[in-house]
Amino acid sequence: MTDAGVLRMTEGARSNLPPLQLHVPEPKFRPGDAVDYSHLVIPAAGAQARPDEGCAASETHPLCLDLVRVLGDDHRAVGPWDPKLDPETLRRMLRLMALTRAFDDRMYRGQRQGKTSFYMKCTGEEATSIAPAMALASDDMVFPSYRQQGILIARGYPMVDMINQIYSNKADKLKGRQLPIMYSAREASFFSISGNLATQYPQAVGWAMASAIKGDTRIAAAWLGEGSTAEGDFHSAMTFAAVYNAPVVFNVVNNQWAISSFSGFAGAERTTFAARAIGYGIAGLRVDGNDPLAVYAATRWAANRARANGGPTLIEHFTYRAEGHSTSDDPGQYRSQAERTEWPLGDPINRLARHLEALGEWTPEAHAAMDLELAEQVKAAAKAAEGNGVLGHGLHHPFRTLFEDVFEELPWHLKEQSEQAIRERRIKWPEWKED
Amino acid sequence: MSETFSMKKLNMIEAINDALDVMMARDANIVVMGEDVGYFGGVFRATAGLQKKYGRTRVFDTPISECGIIGVAVGMGAYGLRPVPEIQFADYIYPGLDQLVSEAARLRYRSAGEYTAPITVRSPFGGGIFGGQTHSQSPEALFTHVAGLKTVIPSTPHDAKGLLIAAIEDNDPVIFFEPKRIYNGPFNGYYDKPVEPWSRHKDGAVPEGYYRIPLGKARVVREGEAMTVLAYGTMVHVAEAVLADKGVDAEIIDLRTLVPLDIETIEASVKKTGKCLIVHEATRTGGFGAELSALVQEHCFYHLEAPIERVTGFDTPYPHSLEWAYFPGPVRIGEAVDRLLKA
Ligand SMILES: Cc1ncc(C[n+]2csc(CCOP(=O)(O)OP(=O)(O)O)c2C)c(N)n1
Ligand SMILES: [Mg+2]
Repeated sequence: MTDAGVLRMTEGARSNLPPLQLHVPEPKFRPGDAVDYSHLVIPAAGAQARPDEGCAASETHPLCLDLVRVLGDDHRAVGPWDPKLDPETLRRMLRLMALTRAFDDRMYRGQRQGKTSFYMKCTGEEATSIAPAMALASDDMVFPSYRQQGILIARGYPMVDMINQIYSNKADKLKGRQLPIMYSAREASFFSISGNLATQYPQAVGWAMASAIKGDTRIAAAWLGEGSTAEGDFHSAMTFAAVYNAPVVFNVVNNQWAISSFSGFAGAERTTFAARAIGYGIAGLRVDGNDPLAVYAATRWAANRARANGGPTLIEHFTYRAEGHSTSDDPGQYRSQAERTEWPLGDPINRLARHLEALGEWTPEAHAAMDLELAEQVKAAAKAAEGNGVLGHGLHHPFRTLFEDVFEELPWHLKEQSEQAIRERRIKWPEWKED
Repeated sequence: MSETFSMKKLNMIEAINDALDVMMARDANIVVMGEDVGYFGGVFRATAGLQKKYGRTRVFDTPISECGIIGVAVGMGAYGLRPVPEIQFADYIYPGLDQLVSEAARLRYRSAGEYTAPITVRSPFGGGIFGGQTHSQSPEALFTHVAGLKTVIPSTPHDAKGLLIAAIEDNDPVIFFEPKRIYNGPFNGYYDKPVEPWSRHKDGAVPEGYYRIPLGKARVVREGEAMTVLAYGTMVHVAEAVLADKGVDAEIIDLRTLVPLDIETIEASVKKTGKCLIVHEATRTGGFGAELSALVQEHCFYHLEAPIERVTGFDTPYPHSLEWAYFPGPVRIGEAVDRLLKA
């Protein structure tokens, strides 16, 4: 059957068989549609078993198709996954999530006002970075995607430095090289963010393997979106982690959307993202990503397991991208606006605040005061960063820095090109001082 | 180009959309796929309206896997379809490289023509939009280096449509890089001045319906005597503006196709002018300009009156804040032009 002509002839020859059909996923709701989430199975909080951290990976596999939840509809923390955090810690968690949101709001506006080229919010997904950052050790190495600004905020990285990077100004520690929000912060054990999706996943495994090779105690954690699980890098990472039992926590932030493509284009019509763990034979958990206590507990479980040489865990955080993909995106073009309001798992900040109120440890008045205070804090940081310049207004790093760090040392051709760039600057702006 | 009766004003995105539309209507074997290309119509809107018109089995979104996108395109081509996959940004083509380089490009050769890969990979490329290093790259030389791939880069809406149609009809794999900086208008490198929209540019007039611009045929943008300028994509417009500004009577050639290259047009021009300036936005070392320079030297050595000049991007990743320091704009081109004039 190597003759192409023969192959072609068989097309008509089997006409008694039904024609094959291509399935192309389509989301349930499009712009203007009423939204009904009754098809989503949301189990009751507290109903999920919590296996021992040292259990066989297979014992976690039922949880890959379940949803670990701690905060119930009555805002109480229930069940074996309740991390039993003290009110002080809970308030800190709330404050960090609220600070992340305040930061996002201000930076988004800054982009709209022309202070920078681009911004990405994590609205509605704050729990998926704040709670893990609190549950991990502060020197565990994180390999985030572009939507985990909350980790830097939780680790106390200076906000002014974050904004300097966003404004790509003369104080930007990354020398204006990277797109806004593509941070790198070694002192916060935060890996340099790549614009190329999923590349951080195998890198996290490699870091974890290195930590194991050296007999260290630190583990690695990685994040990516559900859409990015389609990339080969995701699967390479799973395989290596499984083979070497690497001490790594994999987070898949399933916010339902990848720009305009719903999660069905990453395989969500068939099974959960946590269920990828089953195929690779590693531990997996599926958690309510808008329940910060469940996220905290799941991360703690996975981190303890990894640190005790129990190997990798894949955690799917089931959440919702409440806003556009980025400042370049208009989600009204492809999804129903009612999705956000109808989303059955609520808002993580709201849910934690209600929980604290139910404990008698928080009030709406305290919350309003906190929001005002945080907005002021962000505003002050933004003002300080603006003093170092905003994008496109001349306050950037010197031209020669363009050629640094390509290699450790400047080869002749880059020296030549550096001189060229500086000469061009003198021609364009003769009034400029040398730096 | 063939005679046409009716023209319409389109920007480059609309022209690309029109080419896809014309070809999908003519040939039921053409399918369009890629990240966000279906319902939404692509992040640059190049496939807008196509899913609605041709249905979900001919225009569809894909998982975020460039390896998968190109790999399934090869398989579809083996069946007999003509896939036109989109890679959202050229900067994201690398996960698909093995399928392109080891598979699509070599399928005809290794199967002695039994199987072919009649696919056209469309992808926006190039900088000037403050996209940072992952939304700005010009990786064309990686592809021109691969035996078995054709590389096409349009510089006007008119050419974008005609070249894309020819690329889709071509029976070999084609990389079709779209200079995103000139999607909406012929940006000419003077970044502090507004860009005129395509609707006011003569090459924004695009024939209705089917027409093709053959692959491997360059376009003489402007005839001249003082020097030959070889460029493609955005840099055609930058070079044109700088030379007009300086009042130099240059012959500007828009290559349109890097592989196969229109060496005849290049050779005739350089033999006439005796001087050659090559301009591209991509990094310099191993860039396509190096190939052009070698070819001009091989074909025109005894006619050259000055060393060949190459103006390119610098050999660094594409920066964010210093984008205009990086971009091979009017000053860099102007200096090279002056050197050639003085020689
Ligand atoms: C290799 C690669 N392909 C494509 C893109 C373009 N892109 C950027 S973000 C994105 C969607 C990612 O969605 P998801 O993984 O779900 O993460 P989310 O944005 O929802 O957090 C795409 C397709 C990219 N950055 N890198
Ligand atoms: Mg997503």
